[in-house]
Amino acid sequence: MTATIMSAPDAVRAVRDGHTVLIGGFGMAGMPVDLIDALIEHGAGDLTVVSNNAGNGDTGLAALLAAGRVRKVICSFPRQADSWVFDGLYRAGKIELEVVPQGNLAERLRAAGAGIGAFYSPTGAGTPLAEGKESRLIDGREYLLEFPIRGDVALIRAHLADRMGNLVYRKTARNFGPVMAAAAAVTVCQVSRIVEIGEIDPEVVVTPAIYVNRLVEVGG
Amino acid sequence: MSLTREQMAEIVARDIPDGAYVNLGIGQPTMVADYLRPEQGVVLHTENGMLGMGRPAVGDEIDPDLTNAGKQPVTELPGASYFHHADSFAMMRGGHLDVCIMGAFQVSAAGDLANWSTGAPDAIPAVGGAMDLAIGAKQVFVMMTLFAKDGTPKLVPQCTYPLTGRACVSRVYTEVATFQIAAGGVRVVETFGIDHDELAARLAVPLALQ
Repeated sequence: MTATIMSAPDAVRAVRDGHTVLIGGFGMAGMPVDLIDALIEHGAGDLTVVSNNAGNGDTGLAALLAAGRVRKVICSFPRQADSWVFDGLYRAGKIELEVVPQGNLAERLRAAGAGIGAFYSPTGAGTPLAEGKESRLIDGREYLLEFPIRGDVALIRAHLADRMGNLVYRKTARNFGPVMAAAAAVTVCQVSRIVEIGEIDPEVVVTPAIYVNRLVEVGG
Repeated sequence: MSLTREQMAEIVARDIPDGAYVNLGIGQPTMVADYLRPEQGVVLHTENGMLGMGRPAVGDEIDPDLTNAGKQPVTELPGASYFHHADSFAMMRGGHLDVCIMGAFQVSAAGDLANWSTGAPDAIPAVGGAMDLAIGAKQVFVMMTLFAKDGTPKLVPQCTYPLTGRACVSRVYTEVATFQIAAGGVRVVETFGIDHDELAARLAVPLALQ
C-alpha cells in the first residue's frame, strides 16, 4: 500500500508503550522534530529509542527524554556539549544506554531492513565494546557477530515526498533516514513538501515508497 | 623548537598523498584542511554522508542540513556527493578511504589506538565513528601532544586506556617528533626541538633512527 498523508498527531499514534522507535538525524540535521513533539503529546512511554545521538539542547529527542518516556537509548554518541538532559538521566540511573559504533549502528539497521539474520563486522574487535559478542577469525582478521536492530516505528525527516511516499533528502540531513525507513514495521516521514505523483524524477528517488507508510507535511 | 598546532597541521597536510580520500576527525585534525593545497586534489569525507566537503560555512552559507561530523555548518565543493550512513561507513570498512586523521589519548608501539574513553567510572561512554574509522581507513594518522600535562608519554608500550582499535595507527604526529609505526616497530621520522637521545630517554618504547 502506498503512503497515507496524515497530521503529525495521527501519524505518531502508531507508537505504543514499550515500542522500539528509530529516530533519524545526526544532531539536528534530519531530526524529525515535529514528529517527536507529536509523540510527546501522544504520551507513549517505556520506549527504546535508536538514534545516533541522545538529544541536543532541550528540544526534539532531548524533550522526549526529559518527559520520561524513554527507558533505553541505543546510540553511538550520547555525550555532547549540549546533551545535558540525557547526561542527567544517565547519571541518575533513570535511563539505559547501549553504545554502538556508528558504522555498526547503521549496518545493524540496514541488516534489519534487508532481512539479514546477523553479520560479522571488524569494528570494535579487541575493544571493550566486544564484550559478550561472538567473535570469529576470517582470513586472519577478527570480526564480531552483530545482530539487526528492528524498529516498531521509524520517525524520519526528508525534504520532498510524492503522494506515493517516494523520498528525496537534502544534503547531510539524509544520514540515517534511508536505513531507518527500511528497518521499521511502520515508517513515518516528515517532509517539507508533498508533490504529485510523477513530479519526482524516478532517477533521483533515494528512498522508494515501499518503505514509507505515513507522510506528514510540515512546511519549511 | 617544538611545533605549534598550526605547524603540525601543515606537516600532516604535506604528507597526505595526492588525490587521496581523507576523513578528518573532530578537533585538531580539522585544522589540516586549512593547509591542503588545491593541487593536491584531496577529497574530504565526512561520516555523516558526504564526499567533497568544503570549508566551514559562514553567514548566508550556513545551512542546517549541511554539517560536518562535529555538527558544524560546512560548504560543498563542486563534485560533492551525498549518501546515507550505511554507505558512508561501508566506504570505511570496505577499505575505500585512503587516510583518516584522529586525535588520541594513547597510541601503543604496535599501533593500538585509544581515543574514545578514559575509562573513568563516571564517564558516559560515547564512541561515534572512531572505531569504524580506526579499522577501516587504509592509513590512520594520529595528531596529539607526545606528553600529557603531567609529562607522561602518550606513545606507550601498551595502552592503558580502553582501545578504539588494534594495530591500526601508521603515523603519529606530535609537537616534538613524527613517528612511523610498522611491523618492525616505531621509527622516528623527524624531530622538532628535541634530540633522539632525549626522546628515547623520555619514552618507554624502543625507537629506530630515521
